[in-house]
Amino acid sequence: MAEKKHKLLEVKGLTMDFGGLRAVDSVTLEVHEGEIAALIGPNGAGKTTFFNCVTGIYNPTKGDILLHPKGLETRRLNGLKPNKVTEMGLARTFQNIRLFSDMTVLENVMIGRHCRTKSGIFRSIVRGKSVREEEQFIVESSYQLLEKVGLQDFANEFSKNLPYGAQRRLEIARAMATEPFLLLLDEPAAGMNPQETSDLDQLICKISEEEEIAILLIEHDMKLVMNISNPIYVMEYGKKIAEGSPQEIKDNPKVIEAYLGEETDA
Amino acid sequence: MLQNFKQSLLASVWFVFLTFPLMAVRVNTTDQIVTWRLMNLVWVAIGSFVLSYVWRFMLERQKTRKKVDEEGGDTRSKLQILLEDMSFRYKAMGVLLVLALVFPLVFDTYQSNIMISALIYVVLGLGLNISVGLAGLLDLGYVAFFGVGAYTFALLNHHFDLGFWMTLPIGGIIGCLFGVVLGFPILRLRGDYLAIVTLGFGMIFKVVMENWDSLSFGPSGIANIDKPGLFGMDMNLAGSTIYIYYIMIALVIFTILITNRLKNSRIGRAWIALREDEIACVAMGIDMARTKLSAYALGAFWAGMVGVLFASKTTFINPASFTFMESAIILSIVVLGGMGSILGVILGAFILILLPEYLRAFSEYRMLAFGAAMVIMMIFRPQGIISGLRQKYEYKGTKDLTNNG
Ligand SMILES: Nc1ncnc2c1ncn2[C@@H]1O[C@H](COP(=O)(O)OP(=O)(O)OP(=O)(O)O)[C@@H](O)[C@H]1O
Ligand SMILES: [Mg+2]
Repeated sequence: MAEKKHKLLEVKGLTMDFGGLRAVDSVTLEVHEGEIAALIGPNGAGKTTFFNCVTGIYNPTKGDILLHPKGLETRRLNGLKPNKVTEMGLARTFQNIRLFSDMTVLENVMIGRHCRTKSGIFRSIVRGKSVREEEQFIVESSYQLLEKVGLQDFANEFSKNLPYGAQRRLEIARAMATEPFLLLLDEPAAGMNPQETSDLDQLICKISEEEEIAILLIEHDMKLVMNISNPIYVMEYGKKIAEGSPQEIKDNPKVIEAYLGEETDA
Repeated sequence: MLQNFKQSLLASVWFVFLTFPLMAVRVNTTDQIVTWRLMNLVWVAIGSFVLSYVWRFMLERQKTRKKVDEEGGDTRSKLQILLEDMSFRYKAMGVLLVLALVFPLVFDTYQSNIMISALIYVVLGLGLNISVGLAGLLDLGYVAFFGVGAYTFALLNHHFDLGFWMTLPIGGIIGCLFGVVLGFPILRLRGDYLAIVTLGFGMIFKVVMENWDSLSFGPSGIANIDKPGLFGMDMNLAGSTIYIYYIMIALVIFTILITNRLKNSRIGRAWIALREDEIACVAMGIDMARTKLSAYALGAFWAGMVGVLFASKTTFINPASFTFMESAIILSIVVLGGMGSILGVILGAFILILLPEYLRAFSEYRMLAFGAAMVIMMIFRPQGIISGLRQKYEYKGTKDLTNNG
């Protein structure tokens, strides 16, 4: 279907060891322009660890992580600091929500604008015209992002006072404020009720289409995954065991075994 | 209510019973006389009843507040709502400024001197507030930067005869440089480790100053440091105290203005984000090393500046002025006032510096009261006196525009 699309992220043979534990074992994965790709797998499969390697939080043991921004030269992300990765246009959310809880909802998004703005210490102290204009731009554009995820009414609340589902959406807005071309979402629907999940479903599709941001998401909610994502990658015990369209994944015996096996364990 | 009353009554009876042998009976062993001091028991009863009642009342209030919080209600106190009102803030600031300006004209030199030292701690607190309160980097050796500033002026004045006004910015900049130099090794540290290493820096500074005789003149210190000059005028003691008082007021205002701007800027938000969640902060594209170093350096800047003023005010410094106790007091100011809140830090400084001064009569119990106050504070208001103020922003949403059009 998406044969000729530009390749944005290319991960080759990624391996991550924690002491004796191989959490990610030579995983290869690609995300193309316009895609909503999904990474699924049982608990402890190594999905979050994969994200952490790609976003620079861990330095992978082996493998290559290549980012191909459109119109710019290819960059190898291995060993780069997380903030450099974000600057390059790859943003993420966290499975265990990591908001700045004593900041307001709006300020959380404003933090995302940090790497796209530039007033330094001295200019902030003098607070000349250009700095004031930049501040206003940060505020306005952050507020618009809140409107996009439907949180504008909470702009001045502390983020810790938001309900769970709203916190997840705020994480998405904050990540989008860094102007990424690729967004990694780690279990965005975890803890949401069915109504919130279907809203999220629409939000993710909207981001993908209107903002032209490619998405790679980890999710346990199979309905959401099968609805919106293609291709799907499946991991188990650190290894990639399958990839393909939703239909192919549903029919794949290895995947069925992995999930059924998990259920008998549980 | 009644429940509380009963419980408190019970507590007080219990206390009377417990303290009965101590407070009521006195046996004079030489004369073999037993005196009964029943009046004492009444005092114990009343005292323990009141304490217990207040204690219960506060616990209850805290509980209801938590409940409102869980239900998503408005938990802001009246004070908080008042402080978020800008016009009230401006009025209050105006009144305070006038009071501050007439203070030395009304009160004598002794009072002005006390006030100067309180103001010195205000600036120190505001400086430490940048690294501890905003950026969340615990620093137990902050007094070293204060010492660096003081020694900068003392040495430059002693060897090169540089004046106060000339050295004031130099002291700040040297403090800043020390902040950067000491900031590098602690970039990777967190929590307990950070506390221990910064504590070490504070100690090292004092030890070096005590032993490096050729530079710092050792424990005997440096004397005859110049007071701040005013166009070469000669001033008597009272005059120069008033002059230093006004310099200090200006320095405090300057510090408030600048730290306030920094706090509400792009850099300030990065500091707060770093305090709230380091991993999320770097994942949002913020350079951790640069942000930490800038917080450290800017915090140290104020300590350096006010150190110059301290040396100039006392005209004599030695390493004994820069002990760990000072760092602890400055840190207490920040914690008591409310981490990150400028107003809170100012209040904290006045409470912690002025109260002990005016409570000299009870000097034996000073440390006791200090400790008790801190413990009570940590139980009932761990976030400090002033906390939870929100910055509000002006914005016009796109939704409203499309509705109109
Ligand atoms: N920092 C770490 N140090 C040691 N082991 C780790 C670390 N992080 C993750 N692991 C281990 O790596 C394995 C994969 O964990 P990971 O969090 O990536 O799984 P996951 O696929 O995200 O699971 P879930 O669906 O529950 O979120 C687990 O066995 C985990 O215990
Ligand atoms: Mg995970």
